[in-house]
Amino acid sequence: MQLYDLPDARGHFGPYGGVFVAETLMAALEELTHEYQQAKADPAFMAEFEHELKHYVGRPSPIYHARRWSDSLGGAQIYLKREDLNHTGAHKINNTVGQALLARRMGKPRVIAETGAGQHGVATATVAARFGMECVVYMGAEDVKRQAPNVYRMKLLGATVVPVESGSKTLKDALNEAMRDWVTNVGHTFYVLGTAAGPHPYPMMVRDFQSVIGRECRAQMQAMLGRQPDAVIACVGGGSNAIGIFYPYIADEQVRLIGVEAAGLGLASGKHAAPLSAGTPGVLHGFRSYLMQDENGQVLPTHSVSAGLDYPGVGPEHAWLKDSGRAEYVAVTDDEALQAFHDLCRFEGIIPALESSHALAYAAKLAPTLPRDQALLVNLSGRGDKDLNTVAALAGISL
Amino acid sequence: MPRITERFDALRAQGRKALIPFITAGDPEPALTVPLMHALVEGGADILELGVPFSDPMADGPTIQRSSERALQQGMSLRRVLAMVEDFRRSDTRTPVVLMGYANPIEAMGHESFARDAVGAGVDGVLTVDYPPEEAQDYVATLRGHGLDAIFLLSPTTSAARIEAVVRQASGFIYYVSLKGVTGAAHLDIGEVALRLPAIRRRTDLPIGVGFGIRDPETARRVAAVADAVVIGSRIVQEIEVSPRETLLENVRNLVAGLRAGIDMQG
Repeated sequence: MQLYDLPDARGHFGPYGGVFVAETLMAALEELTHEYQQAKADPAFMAEFEHELKHYVGRPSPIYHARRWSDSLGGAQIYLKREDLNHTGAHKINNTVGQALLARRMGKPRVIAETGAGQHGVATATVAARFGMECVVYMGAEDVKRQAPNVYRMKLLGATVVPVESGSKTLKDALNEAMRDWVTNVGHTFYVLGTAAGPHPYPMMVRDFQSVIGRECRAQMQAMLGRQPDAVIACVGGGSNAIGIFYPYIADEQVRLIGVEAAGLGLASGKHAAPLSAGTPGVLHGFRSYLMQDENGQVLPTHSVSAGLDYPGVGPEHAWLKDSGRAEYVAVTDDEALQAFHDLCRFEGIIPALESSHALAYAAKLAPTLPRDQALLVNLSGRGDKDLNTVAALAGISL
Repeated sequence: MPRITERFDALRAQGRKALIPFITAGDPEPALTVPLMHALVEGGADILELGVPFSDPMADGPTIQRSSERALQQGMSLRRVLAMVEDFRRSDTRTPVVLMGYANPIEAMGHESFARDAVGAGVDGVLTVDYPPEEAQDYVATLRGHGLDAIFLLSPTTSAARIEAVVRQASGFIYYVSLKGVTGAAHLDIGEVALRLPAIRRRTDLPIGVGFGIRDPETARRVAAVADAVVIGSRIVQEIEVSPRETLLENVRNLVAGLRAGIDMQG
């Protein structure tokens, strides 16, 4: 493969990405791009980032060989990258630490964020407390109701949670509202975007901060197996945990990269959140990528049992990796993800996030088709404590 | 001569400033959009700005968001907006119509089909909020190739270098967003606007419309004293939202007439 140096100076990954925002936001994005390039080239900034990842987040996260589960599946061996063991219980904090350090460097005392399930909101509220910043989190009014424990977590951490009543009252509307806040308060406010999507430089910046996951994996797999895995598997909503683990493997073409979207009730039902599997290219939230939309270009409502995957778009680099054939994208249903959730609990004593359970579910499909000496590396992007109410409710149990 | 330029030339010859009201197509219901367009003209509008509803209007405040939701709930689409303009043109061939909307519905239709059908329907210009000039070169060429004006936004945060880049692609008029934030926000500072406009005028001869935050005849008058056109959106959409159907057209006509009187008192 040729040297991979995307995105270009304006944030394009082939035809995807870019900057599709109103003029009112252009200056803020140009400033952010400039400041991020400076920070990235500043050894002191990167050293502080690494220091925070080690001492505050608890990195490196281990890789664990899920031996009993692999044996039960009877095929390739499954290895789990334990992002669930990070502080706050998911990969999201890698990015919020990076962006909070950048906000501080830029002298912005106030941070804002959008959140769906609340994981990115919690991760943002956490670093805002850590660095003494004001924090406002926008969350769809529907999600505020569904994710009450995370709302309370954010409040404990000192954040203000604003329920968003417009549109479908979910993640995409929270993102619209965060953008509106940013354009109004841009002088003293830093927008901590939670996934590898949005206008340039966010997809690049979030990827860079999250790619610590894949860099650690390369060293850890080498130490454990003396080689790299045959495939790397990650769930894809906006796509930040996936691009974080994929990115250091892109040039290594022997390693299959497999992104797993949420097929919800099934791709044919229309009730899913799988734009790469069943969408078409379009422009939303400041960038071009695959999108769930109707024939008139209106964005469609999404469904997934996992709130963190419940988003109609996907990061532009994934769109590019799909079109270029470097990564494969598949989708698993709510039921398949729930089965994997329960299996990991029972076979390995690990309660995975419902998001990560999508990646696990595909690994469980793939492993039996492959010989036992193959290795599948799954990004276990978060822990499932936040999902206990959802899973219990599906089983007819009220907690 | 294009209708927008013709209109600005005529106003300039009379020493008057343009009033550009905005409504969302399909709000409060599709059957009322064309009557509302005529009511705006009767009230004294010079150019009409017609919003194309979008599911995710990121640059709009709550008032225009709600109008978009009402319109979409009633099945509005870009093709139906074009049909409304065509209908309007049957009885008004003189008032320029500018569409304001977001990129995705236009991309779903395809740039070429959109430009062709828009001209066919009688549209004069298009403001695509989330197409900055860097991403819009081919699109603008397509619009211009069909004789459509490409309207662009400038904001208080736009640098001199970006003003240059924007005016190179713009035609018809420039839309200066008079404050930071989204549509419908408060706190318009006219002194600030007056300070900013010369930097734009040094770089283009295009007329400059000023919008965002203009809610009453007095503010309209003061904006008209420094700008070539006054763009008013959320205030009118709000009137549409609260008016009973039986007085809707009259209320909107009176509101626009009041703004018109304010503008004509300037200077």
